[in-house]
Amino acid sequence: MHRIAIVGGGTGGTVLANQLASELQTEIEDGEVEVRLITADPNHVYKPTFLYVPFGKKTVDDAKRPIEELVDRRVTLTIDEVTDVSTDRNRLSLADRTTSLRYDQLVLATGANLEPEAVPGLAEGAHHFYGPDGAERLRDELADFTEGHLVLSVVGVPHMCPAAPVEFPLMVDAWLRERGRREDVKITYTYPINRAHGLESVADWATDLFEERDITLETFFNVDEVDPDAEVIQTVEGNELEYDLLVAIPPHRGSDLVTDAGLGEDGWVDVDRHTLEATAAEDVYAIGDVADVPTSKAGSVAHYEAGVVADRIASRARGETPTATYDGKTVCFLEAGMDEATFIEFTYGEEPYVREPSKPLHLAKLGYNESYWLTARGLL
Amino acid sequence: MTDAHNSDVTIDSRDASCPGPLMDLIGKVKNLDSGTVVKLQTTERNSTMDVPEWLEEAGHDLVEIEERDDYRSIYLEVN
Ligand SMILES: Cc1cc2nc3c(=O)[nH]c(=O)nc-3n(C[C@H](O)[C@H](O)[C@H](O)COP(=O)(O)OP(=O)(O)OC[C@H]3O[C@@H](n4cnc5c(N)ncnc54)[C@H](O)[C@@H]3O)c2cc1C
Repeated sequence: MHRIAIVGGGTGGTVLANQLASELQTEIEDGEVEVRLITADPNHVYKPTFLYVPFGKKTVDDAKRPIEELVDRRVTLTIDEVTDVSTDRNRLSLADRTTSLRYDQLVLATGANLEPEAVPGLAEGAHHFYGPDGAERLRDELADFTEGHLVLSVVGVPHMCPAAPVEFPLMVDAWLRERGRREDVKITYTYPINRAHGLESVADWATDLFEERDITLETFFNVDEVDPDAEVIQTVEGNELEYDLLVAIPPHRGSDLVTDAGLGEDGWVDVDRHTLEATAAEDVYAIGDVADVPTSKAGSVAHYEAGVVADRIASRARGETPTATYDGKTVCFLEAGMDEATFIEFTYGEEPYVREPSKPLHLAKLGYNESYWLTARGLL
Repeated sequence: MTDAHNSDVTIDSRDASCPGPLMDLIGKVKNLDSGTVVKLQTTERNSTMDVPEWLEEAGHDLVEIEERDDYRSIYLEVN
């Protein structure tokens, strides 16, 4: 029996498991291959939903579906946390402490974790919308926020989703205008480098929109610490900024599993950017946010990577030489307010072009979010 | 070809699209000790301007920029 183990039932892991179940249908039915998905959370969580929670447009429950409903019946599903990866022995240990699983091919798809504690004062002083609890707390805070200085600060590098930090101030601007509160709120957006975004075309696009909508832009802004009592941010560059409501993109960390297994630093798996094979061990792949590749930590990336790895793994399971490779394809929708959006598309080394925002593209983003449940099932 | 300098850490940002070499650098530098020499490999033209500019702002030292055929290596020392 050829055993394929996938750790993590998020976007990448779920799409991969379903794709393998279809590519290796015959082999699975004949008992020659097993595709096992091991995931800690009985629910699959679609994180892009959280962006809409602070504005009351979606709830945290909208982001969840039981993973059982999303995976093909040919996939062996194990709900448990993987606590240890031994790449020398090709084995995984689970949190139940009794199970140890052997694999022939392993895929790590454990995503990214939030680590606000990494910056002093940030956990106490800042809100965020990158997880369920944070998004709900921010919704309650925003509901009562009628005047003052709202700061959106990109603190974590790297972080999930290239778009969300730029989208939030544009959405909050529109949301406050609709409620007649915008005149009493100053909005500032801060970014670590000398422009508004890592991608130059997105930076140019956002800078123009920010100016048009009276959103102040602060660049070369790397948060060193936050004083939650005084409500002041101190930067590495030696500047200070006072706030009344701070919304941060918190620091992110990969998985301790990865560091402990010697597969990469800061919990991100060091991989070949085209084959997605781990550089430090045989028979190990990484996809999605946990893979250290020079593009965005985005759902679209996890999805395309899953397609490539499914092909490579299926080839190997059949004794063929894998040839599929990942070219860095990334697609991202960007909300430009509450009812307009645009999107960008690029591969490694490419600079995207940002189209004029439009209402149909906003509806397309919402439509994609709705049909995501079909995407995860491998039906789209 | 041998390197002009010894580096403790190499960051390969060649053909990096998003969020780009400078963001890759900032993400890694935070966790490095003072005195660490970093080699940042980049194919992005702007890097030779915006990396030195940020190093100056953040108080790290630019050691050298080495031009290769199809990329450049920026050496810096973390303070
Ligand atoms: C607010 C927000 C908005 C976003 N918007 C967009 C967008 O518009 N477009 C876009 O493309 N992307 C967006 N993203 C990014 C996108 O959600 C992620 O890039 C994507 O979810 C990554 O998928 P993944 O499979 O790598 O990880 P995840 O989806 O995070 O899944 C990881 C899974 O691994 C499991 N797991 C972790 N550790 C273990 C373990 N040890 N054992 C077992 N299971 C484990 C977890 O329980 C989880 O199920 C957004 C993210 C956020 C936070």
